[in-house]
Amino acid sequence: MIAIIDYRAGNLTSVARALDNLKEPYRITADAKVLEEADRIIFPGVGAAGDAMANLKKNHLDRLIRRFVADGKPMLGICLGTQIIFEYSEENDTACLGIAPGAVKRFPEGLQDQGRPLKIPHMGWNAVAMQRAHPVFAGLPEGAEFYFVHSYYPAPSDHDWAVGWTDYGIRFCSAIARKNLVAVQFHPEKSGRPGLQLLANFCRWGGCDAE
Amino acid sequence: MLSKRIIPCLDVRDGKLTKGVKFKGNIDIGDPVAVAKQYYDEGADEIVFYDITASSDRRAIMIDVVRRVAETIFIPFSVGGGIRTVDDMRQVILAGAEKISVNSPAVVNPSIISEGARAFGSQCVVLGMDVKKVPPSRTIPSGYEIVINGGRKYTGIDALWWAKEGQRLGAGEICLNSIDADGTQDGYELDLTALISTNVQIPVIASGGAGKPEHLFDVLTKGCADAALIASIVHYRTYTITELKTSLNNQGVKTRMQW
Repeated sequence: MIAIIDYRAGNLTSVARALDNLKEPYRITADAKVLEEADRIIFPGVGAAGDAMANLKKNHLDRLIRRFVADGKPMLGICLGTQIIFEYSEENDTACLGIAPGAVKRFPEGLQDQGRPLKIPHMGWNAVAMQRAHPVFAGLPEGAEFYFVHSYYPAPSDHDWAVGWTDYGIRFCSAIARKNLVAVQFHPEKSGRPGLQLLANFCRWGGCDAE
Repeated sequence: MLSKRIIPCLDVRDGKLTKGVKFKGNIDIGDPVAVAKQYYDEGADEIVFYDITASSDRRAIMIDVVRRVAETIFIPFSVGGGIRTVDDMRQVILAGAEKISVNSPAVVNPSIISEGARAFGSQCVVLGMDVKKVPPSRTIPSGYEIVINGGRKYTGIDALWWAKEGQRLGAGEICLNSIDADGTQDGYELDLTALISTNVQIPVIASGGAGKPEHLFDVLTKGCADAALIASIVHYRTYTITELKTSLNNQGVKTRMQW
């Protein structure tokens, strides 16, 4: 069973609908016991880092998530869930979980592409250039794009954690992977068939980086 | 690099698909869930549903449509029409929509934008703007006025001012519809689109007037739009979404081509 962590950070309906489509059983929960029993964890989230971190702490989910990662349980971070995994976020000046090394930064003002100003948030479909192969990203079509919506981006201080990069005025890390952890800035549940493929891969993945 | 989005818009009344021309003479052309699935398969980047159901006691039909769409397609979709309160928004979001578009109710009660953004995040709140060209005046310096109630009522509000105000209140995106161009298939209102899009930070979806692939090219280049809304051009199968996206890519406007 897959547990989707419910920490009052946005709507979890779309992640649930995608797993329904893949016929993967799941529970949406904040209950430590259910999370302990789950084979794997999806850590989603939409909203602001400050509130999200406060809610995690209030429910003692911060320690639990750190422990799952340390214990080797496969975990997938999505969007805000991915950002929270880092040490620090510029959004609301928030100290985060500190699982991944580095910070989450705001897109700088005045970003341009070929002389045209770029908008913030980065909203829409963009490609992810893979830095290396990874089982959770297996079988995706060449040039596949994913749906993004965010104003802050992950900046790992150790590039070995990065697995995919995306260009939006700057080149930012849009996917990280380390041992049993995979975390993406985009929304696989809203990224059509390539997104469903990524989720299906995660549901079958043993949690080893180089399977 | 970010792709330009191509977004079909489905007008829904009492759970059935219609397409109005200049908001008059609506006719039924099918089941919204089946059509949404077809557009998803053809490469739509997002889908907009506009609920024109008149009576509030039939709103449950639309919630059911939203739920079935959410089970069927895995791209973002938004719902507009008839949403007046944060509670209306919540119902539609819990049924599975990503975004809520507010139009006339936001003009009457702008706090719905800030309340919606606070409750669900700015990315959920799309400010829908219906705009008509008027002679520039002291109250309407841009020469574009906000109209409401399906284009029937002039508000005395300048479109450029309202776009900036909507952004300030927390809207995450603007869907900009030219009433003059809507349903004509003669091309988007490029000056209006460029004016709004270059004066706000948030993405702008251009709406109204798409009839040929060149119209999409123009609004995504000269019009500075981040996305193009389409309706008749695909509903009547003049072009498929795939054909439109391929044509844009061939002209150097990047769109998503893998799905």
